[in-house]
Amino acid sequence: MAGLEDLYREIILDHYRSPRNRGELAVPPAHKTEGFNPLCGDEVAVYLDVDSVSGLVVDIKISGQGCSISQASTSMMSDAVKGKSVEEARLLIRAFKALMSIHESKLEGESDGTDLAADLEGVRLGDLEALQGVVKFPVRIKCATLAWNTLQQGLDEIGAELPN
Amino acid sequence: MSPLDVERIKADFPILNTKSRGNRLVFLDSAASSQKPLAVLDAMDHAYRHHYANVHRGVYEIAERATAEFEKARAKVAKFIGASEARELIFVRNATEAINLVAYSWARANLHAGDAVVISHMEHHANVVPWQMLAAERGIELRWIPMNADFTLDLTRLDILLDGAKLLSVTAMSNVLGTINPLAPLIAAARAHDAFVLIDACQYIPHVATNVRDWGADFVAFSAHKMCGPSGIGALWAKAEILEAMPPFLGGGEMIRDVRLEGFTTNDIPWKFEAGTPAIVEAIGFGAAVDYLDSLGMDAIRDHEMRLTRYALDALHDEFADRLTVYGPRDVSIRGGAISFLFDGIHAHDISQVLDEDGVCVRAGHHCAKPLMRQLGVPATSRASFYMYNDEIDVDCLVAALIKAEKFFAI
Ligand SMILES: Cc1ncc(COP(=O)(O)O)c(C=O)c1O
Repeated sequence: MAGLEDLYREIILDHYRSPRNRGELAVPPAHKTEGFNPLCGDEVAVYLDVDSVSGLVVDIKISGQGCSISQASTSMMSDAVKGKSVEEARLLIRAFKALMSIHESKLEGESDGTDLAADLEGVRLGDLEALQGVVKFPVRIKCATLAWNTLQQGLDEIGAELPN
Repeated sequence: MSPLDVERIKADFPILNTKSRGNRLVFLDSAASSQKPLAVLDAMDHAYRHHYANVHRGVYEIAERATAEFEKARAKVAKFIGASEARELIFVRNATEAINLVAYSWARANLHAGDAVVISHMEHHANVVPWQMLAAERGIELRWIPMNADFTLDLTRLDILLDGAKLLSVTAMSNVLGTINPLAPLIAAARAHDAFVLIDACQYIPHVATNVRDWGADFVAFSAHKMCGPSGIGALWAKAEILEAMPPFLGGGEMIRDVRLEGFTTNDIPWKFEAGTPAIVEAIGFGAAVDYLDSLGMDAIRDHEMRLTRYALDALHDEFADRLTVYGPRDVSIRGGAISFLFDGIHAHDISQVLDEDGVCVRAGHHCAKPLMRQLGVPATSRASFYMYNDEIDVDCLVAALIKAEKFFAI
């Protein structure tokens, strides 16, 4: 049986107690995206400053409220993507969702046509792996993925705005 | 009125004698949905095994029996809430559908652009969104009765809010705060402005003896699953003359008298509003549930819950003092047994998770009342809620688990 210590690893409680990259960025130039967890009412805002030339996430700030799992996941996410390229950030999103057992293919047994394992080879989740225990508590998966889905939406919106 | 024998009552509910995560199940989430006594489970099982058939159709024996049991259940539920006639009670899926039925049928026939609907800041989404949909579609104005700092409704501007209103739709008891709203002055004020009245009695009818005729409202909505009955069935009560004047809601079988190439005529009430095969066995379970509640006595249930709620409020205050905030009235005579609370600096979700370790089931979240949560200035609360099968030991388990949770998240 999954116990509380599977869920609340020390590193998670640390990010929860002292969250990284909290605050806001001026919009524009930064881009703001809001995410909602309809289950518990948590709200998060992700501010992204993406350099359109280098394609790097130059800065990221987070505001909003949430439980320890969502706060910690958000804090870790902000650390993980800061300074990375948009491409790397997208790969991290996929890797994190895979960690949460959320596969892009819609139905069990159905492949989305890409080899996820090969795709994600070499992606290092580091501290984020501490969140793996969440999978044993299915209702909490949405808490852990809220920030990541919001990040994904933000990157999509920025991508759509960029001249191509 | 004799006090409830909770030990015997617990024995009536098979699930309460099971374990959760190795501990005795401490079920404190009846405001979300209650557990079911054997009497209800048996009545439904018996119906499926012995006289299950579609209703109002067959001429064979078991079909007649099913129809008779289904209609008997309607009569029981109608009597339970003090309706004068069984045909004033329409079976629907739940309170949400009951409110939507009024919004789609009555309101769309009677409300026009510029008319106002008055609701309150403490409504469940079920009594908010149908009116917002109507407002967007028809240009209806939605007005809100605000809340006082003591978690009661602020009625000081009620007459202004009701001026030009066609409908007042309020909850009898808040599912978040526990607050019991003063229906008499609310309904009297609505009457003075010729507004119709809908009461969301989803949290009230399961816990307090109710007579809808004494209320003098026009519509009353409630769900079986919060009052020991099965999920999948609820009821809308309304005065017969109002129902008769309303256009039908869903179209299909059962709700018609005749169908021709050029159109249809509607059945009598209540069937006019019950298109398609109804939740037959659920209705029978609903009937068994009100029999069960009657056997205990609603006054005894209310008395028990008031005492238990006071015990819990005192225990929480004694143990946690100002570190724990209760969102709801202190006075148990104006509140039910739903207690929403938050620890300073600890999210409701985390509290519930730690409680779950000890088999203590409480709800965490916005309780489908986001406008209210915004008023309270919190994204979520934990909520413990009681029913006749809870006792002081359950409250003690809650407090013990909360002590653990507070330690766990101490900064
Ligand atoms: C006050 C109130 N109104 C309406 C509802 C909706 O009930 P249902 O989900 O059974 O339709 C609830 C249920 O939580 C409630 O507490």
